[in-house]
Order: sequence, then structure tokens, then C-alpha cells
Amino acid sequence: METINTFSVTDLSVNRGDRPVFRALGFELSAGALLKLVGPNGSGKSTLLKSLAGLIDSEQGDVLSDGNSVLGDQEWTSSNICYLGHKNALKREFTVLENIEFWAEFWGSSDKISSSITQMGIGYLKDTPVRYLSSGQTRRTALARSLCHPAALWLYDEPTVGLDDQGLGLLAAAMKNHLSGGGMIICATHVDLGLEDGALKTLDLAKFSVSLSSLGDQW
Amino acid sequence: MNTQFWSIVKRDIKISWQGGSTSSMVLAFFIIVVTLFPLGVGPEQNMLARIAVGVIWVAALLSCLLSLDRIFQADYEDGTLDQYALSPLSLELIVIGKALAHWVTTSLPLILITPLLGILMNMDDAAFLPLMYAMLIGTPALSLIGTIGASLTVSLKRGGVLLSLLILPLYVPVLIFGVMAVDASVLGTGGNAPLLFLGAVTFFSLAITPWASAAAVRLALD
Repeated sequence: METINTFSVTDLSVNRGDRPVFRALGFELSAGALLKLVGPNGSGKSTLLKSLAGLIDSEQGDVLSDGNSVLGDQEWTSSNICYLGHKNALKREFTVLENIEFWAEFWGSSDKISSSITQMGIGYLKDTPVRYLSSGQTRRTALARSLCHPAALWLYDEPTVGLDDQGLGLLAAAMKNHLSGGGMIICATHVDLGLEDGALKTLDLAKFSVSLSSLGDQW
Repeated sequence: MNTQFWSIVKRDIKISWQGGSTSSMVLAFFIIVVTLFPLGVGPEQNMLARIAVGVIWVAALLSCLLSLDRIFQADYEDGTLDQYALSPLSLELIVIGKALAHWVTTSLPLILITPLLGILMNMDDAAFLPLMYAMLIGTPALSLIGTIGASLTVSLKRGGVLLSLLILPLYVPVLIFGVMAVDASVLGTGGNAPLLFLGAVTFFSLAITPWASAAAVRLALD
């Protein structure tokens, strides 16, 4: 893993279609820190994560990694960002191991396969096709897959959906492990991850949201 | 870079043979469509021999069309396309990989089964090899052009019909030159010009598909 020392977003504005989602959003993150995105439904948490990953173009603003602009730089993004969205990106036809193996080989990190499977506690499901898994087990598989990614910056969109208490604990442990190795995490969640220490920052998207503030006037 | 490209191709081929086996269903559709013609126009042998090449080409176009929405739909719905877009491999190459996998799983079986259908249609003996040869050259264009349509309609819930409307007119050159190429070699008219045109259509679609299709996929992911 190539660590990033500082990651900052300045004056970022993003539209979905012609509807503005948020305006002039900014934050700064240093190595080993977790940024928790909070805000009501529709405040733009997923949109922010997608635009940081480069899946959505932004209207204005910049994203800096160690002082260099990386917005829309696919080469940088592909090796430094691990994105896990609402969708699990797993093939129902293949087994848990086959799914994880494909992506680990794709990212050139086959050495991490077995450790990531143990980390998420799904060793007993290795040879089960994904279509037989419960939603929590599927989420764990997707998380184990993303643990194989060599990137320093994790963008997690509601990673805890469907997880039980044990799964939550395993995820928190994996996150702690990543942070202590100098990684960064930006995570949209409403759940308390049990990571309440100095490295945890919270960003409330309601402050930057355009759609919500215009609604708020009417209420 | 190279290994990633081939791993996508291999994965798509594997899925197509595993998940309810799209390939075998397309093949069955192809055979059924061709068998409908003798039933419809009557068993008169000369008539069948005359329309055989055209019927097989049209059936191949339709069979190809049938499986187009599978190229991106599943990957879009389960989020795999997001991960592909974030990978070091450019979307343009990924699109080519998926078109290649589509050709291997759809068109290649059609070409291999064609001699059997030729017998069924009482096709001229001299037409068998030229037809397979023309299909080998022309069908990659079907997959490539179809990939553009599949990427344009990927974010639509029921894009299948629209996809057919978009793509079928674009298949016309392949059909025309495909049939002409076989006629040329059976009747000895026109030399190999139609075959060259067919190759030109394939190369032209190879040149534009990556850019057009990757742009459409990016729009769909927004």
C-alpha cells in the first residue's frame, strides 16, 4: 500500500442531471484518519463518494492528494481508491472464493485473498455460490473482496447494511487495522462503528446540501 | 494490463455457459428460426435453395440481437461495471473484451452449426464454405455494433425493444454484403469485392465501438 499523507477536497460542487446536490464542500484528511459522512437521506453522501471515485463528474472544485490535483485522474484513482457502493459487484453464478479471487487477481493482490476471507469470517462459505448467501453474508463477501484492494483510501457507502453484530465487529477491526497502517477511510454510515478515537472526523452533509436547504425553507 | 483484459473475456465466457446458459438458448433460437422457413414457404427444394443463404444470415442477425442486452445488463445491475470503471484498465478496452466474449459465446456456435442448417435448407454445395467464411468475417461486426446499442440502453429498465430498433438498421450492410459475398463465390459474379466490403464493415465497427460504447457506459454510470 502506498500511503497518502494528506487528502483534501476544496470547494466541490456536484450536480445529478441538472439538479444541484451540494455546493462548496470541503474537508481535509490525513493518514490514519476516518471521515464519517452523516446527513439525512438525500443529502448527497453517495453522490460525494461516487464523485470522489470519479464515477460522477463534478461541476467545480478540486481533489488534492499530497498537494497534487487528482480529480478525474483514472490512473491515480485506480491504484489509490477502493470503492464499495450499495451494489456488491458479485456474480451469483460463482462461489465466494471465485468472486474474491477474480478481483484480487484483477488488482494484482492475490496474496491477500486468504487473509481477507478470514478477516470477514466467511471461511466456511468459500465454496458456496453467492446466490445461496443471505444478504449479510453477501455483504461480508463484498467487504472481503474490497479488503484485497491495494488502495490507501477506502470509500465505503453504507458498508454495514445487513451485517450482524459479529460482522460489524469484524468490519470495525479491519478498518482499525487499515487506519493503523496509515490508510484513510471515508465512510457513509449511520451506525456507530466503535472507532471513537482522535482519528475520527465527522462531516455533516446537510450543511452543504442544496436540495435539502431549499426543502427546509418550505417546512 | 493484458492479463486483466483476458480475465474479463474469460469471466464473461464462463458466465454465459454457466448461468442458465445463454449460449445454448441463442443457438436453439437460431435453429428454430431457420426451421420455420421450410414450414412457412413449403418444401419446394429449389425455392429453399434460393433463399437459404439469406435466411441463415437473417436468423443469425436475430439470434445475435437476442443476447445483446446480456453484454452489460448484469454487470450494470450488480455493480460490476462500477468496479470496472474504477480499474486501471480503460473502459475502451473493457468494451472490446466484452464484445469479444459476446462473439465467442454467440456467433461462433452459430457459425459451427450453419452447415447443418444448410443441409436442412437444401443449400447449394458450393455455398457451404463461402457462407461460413463470410460469417466468420461479418459476425464480429454484429457483436461490435451490438455492444454500442447495449451500452446505450443499459440504464433503461426495459431497453430490449429499443435496442432492437436501434441496432437492426445498422446490421443492414452486414446482411447485404454477407449474402452478396456468398452469391459472388457460388455464381462467380463480382469477385471478392463483397467480402472485402464485409471486412471493411467489421474493421469500421472495431474502430468506433470502443469510443462510442465507453462513452455511453460512462453516461450510464453517472
